[in-house]
Amino acid sequence: MTTTDQILLDSASRLFADLCTDEALHCAERGEWLASHWQAIEELGLPLALVDEAAGGFGFDPLDALGLVRLAGKFALPLPLADTMAANRRLGEAGFEVLPGVAVLAVGATGDQLRLTRQPDGWLLQGRCSGVPWGRHAARVAVLAPHDGRLHLAAVPAGCWTSEAGMNLAGAPRDRLSFDTTLPADAVRPAVHDFDTYAADEAAIRALTMAGALERVLDMTVQYAGERTQFGKAIGKFQVIQQNLAVLASQACAASSAADVAAHALAAGDKVLQIAIAKARAGEAAGIACGLAHQIHGAIGFTAEHRLHHFTKLLWSCRDEGGSEAYWNHRIGLQVVRTGADDLWSFLTAI
Amino acid sequence: MMPKFSFVGLDRSAAVEPLRAEVRDFIAEEGRSWSALQRGESWSGFDAGFSRKLGERGWIGMTWPKQYGGHERSAFERYVVLEELLAAGAPVAAHWFADRQTGPLLLKFGTEAQKSQLLPRMARGECFTCIGMSEPNSGSDLAAVQTRAQPVDGGWRVNGTKLWTTYAHEAQYMVLFCRTSGSREDRQGGTSQLLVDLTTPGITIRPIIDMTGRHHFNEVVFQDVFLSAEALIGKEGDGWAQVTSELAYERSGPERFLSSYRLLVELVRVLGEAPGEAAAVALGRLASHLVTLRRLSRSVTAMLEDGVDPQLQASIVKDLGAAFEQELPEIARGLFAHDHAGPALDHGFYAVLAQSVMNAPCYSLRGGTREILRGIISRGLGLR
Repeated sequence: MTTTDQILLDSASRLFADLCTDEALHCAERGEWLASHWQAIEELGLPLALVDEAAGGFGFDPLDALGLVRLAGKFALPLPLADTMAANRRLGEAGFEVLPGVAVLAVGATGDQLRLTRQPDGWLLQGRCSGVPWGRHAARVAVLAPHDGRLHLAAVPAGCWTSEAGMNLAGAPRDRLSFDTTLPADAVRPAVHDFDTYAADEAAIRALTMAGALERVLDMTVQYAGERTQFGKAIGKFQVIQQNLAVLASQACAASSAADVAAHALAAGDKVLQIAIAKARAGEAAGIACGLAHQIHGAIGFTAEHRLHHFTKLLWSCRDEGGSEAYWNHRIGLQVVRTGADDLWSFLTAI
Repeated sequence: MMPKFSFVGLDRSAAVEPLRAEVRDFIAEEGRSWSALQRGESWSGFDAGFSRKLGERGWIGMTWPKQYGGHERSAFERYVVLEELLAAGAPVAAHWFADRQTGPLLLKFGTEAQKSQLLPRMARGECFTCIGMSEPNSGSDLAAVQTRAQPVDGGWRVNGTKLWTTYAHEAQYMVLFCRTSGSREDRQGGTSQLLVDLTTPGITIRPIIDMTGRHHFNEVVFQDVFLSAEALIGKEGDGWAQVTSELAYERSGPERFLSSYRLLVELVRVLGEAPGEAAAVALGRLASHLVTLRRLSRSVTAMLEDGVDPQLQASIVKDLGAAFEQELPEIARGLFAHDHAGPALDHGFYAVLAQSVMNAPCYSLRGGTREILRGIISRGLGLR
């Protein structure tokens, strides 16, 4: 890590700590857009952190940039920084100018039918896209759609869609966008990668977010176990609590290891299998860890007032989004089957 | 509070891939006749001849100085050899403890004589060691050790009993953890490690047959066994610190999550090209766990190489690894809903499954029980 990278991560850490107050987390959960918070993040240049220098980025090491995503998870940052970082990178890579504002990648869900049609002076984009993260707040959506048998990436500015509000279990916007819009010729470019690579972006950033959030959940739970007294001593002095905290810590480490796999894969650009593994493992860790964290926190952790739920809800939503454990494990499993028993080890060690 | 794993050093491992191919070629040749069940024995499989062949290849004591018969290769190179051997189910038990623990221990604390006499033989795969830690009344509570080496003229007189000593009946030497001063109440204080030639008069090695019918364990009884003063490893009274320094080596290697790997291979084979959805999900999950564990384990290797003490991290690897090894047979047997015969549908597969089911309880006992490891982890979290 270079000194500049470290400085940026340190500044981001301070900024997230300032921004992610209990009040801000509550406001965001109620659906409020934290405009000044987003502005502070943009002022630091963070949404450009994954963009290649040639495309207008500032030459940040992608692995360090992905450290920002982890960090955002650690603070449960209720803003689409990770999504914008990933989308800006893909836009820049496809040759689009990277612009200010929230940008998200819309890969859609099964059943969404997006159509691109060539027109004399540009394109017609029709169809809808479900579950678009922060869609209503996006200044720009990078829409993936086929044309003439080839995948294309369309940079669609706000105003070109109607939005139907939805949200995930953490209260973050997940909107259905409907398109019936013309776009100028230069708003659509051939996609650089296949569909799976783009779809895996969300999986990777959710895995990294989970690793960060788990780090926080572990810290909070260890701290609480040291403070909460029952039967005349801190509950963290009871072996049964210690054993559960050890499991929580181990799962947080497994998620961290998985997130590291995801970061390397995402930095490399097109390693879907690695991201699948990371997402599936981190998602499983999240489920186990949330259960233990709530159990150890007891009733107070189940209240709206306590901050634990901001992190556990983030974890529960992240494990579902960008492909659940079952989805990715199934894909990995099919690849294992295709590989076969005798080549399994070579396959695993090449990952 | 989050235990720190460093994944930075793993890039170094790219340089070792040619070695991987070399090991694979060697195993392809040597392992022609190994059956699935033999491979399923994993690192419990003993074959002195095979260990000697590994020694000839320079694959024992790989990281040790050349001066002592080692090969001065990196910890990552050693890791590659270990994991390739384990994945293939090679019979590595003979030299395993010398390579993993005794060698590094002697290098760190041994006398010049101990090092120059034993290490080259160990590296050639000719000298095997066993670890004398557990006792009848000292299992998880290692500090309750009662075996005593009484200082006498010219050396030590040892009395006591060691238990669960794996392959003591095949080893030439034991690293004996015992009390050299004080009493049981002094706990860790007054303990030392001694290097014991197992042919010394007064030592009786009795087999203990495990529940699967195999002879790995032994009871080793010391009755007025005289050891010369030169038997002491390191410093008198430093036994506890020395023993705990071994544990990071003992707990973080690939053998801590690959013990039932053969079952995964055979499971993939028996499920064939069209497993059901549930089976595919289960296989994918096992693969994602394995890849993640491997990264954690290699991270500990990087820490060891960088001179960072990874005891906490090693405990995490072992705890997660044992859980993986143990759940593998449980998951495997649940994937045969389509037939009344269940996992017994294929006899060859069922034999490997049965082997794995029966060996599994030991995975969270040996090398530190699950409860002890979690205690170490919670200490690392600042809870005790």
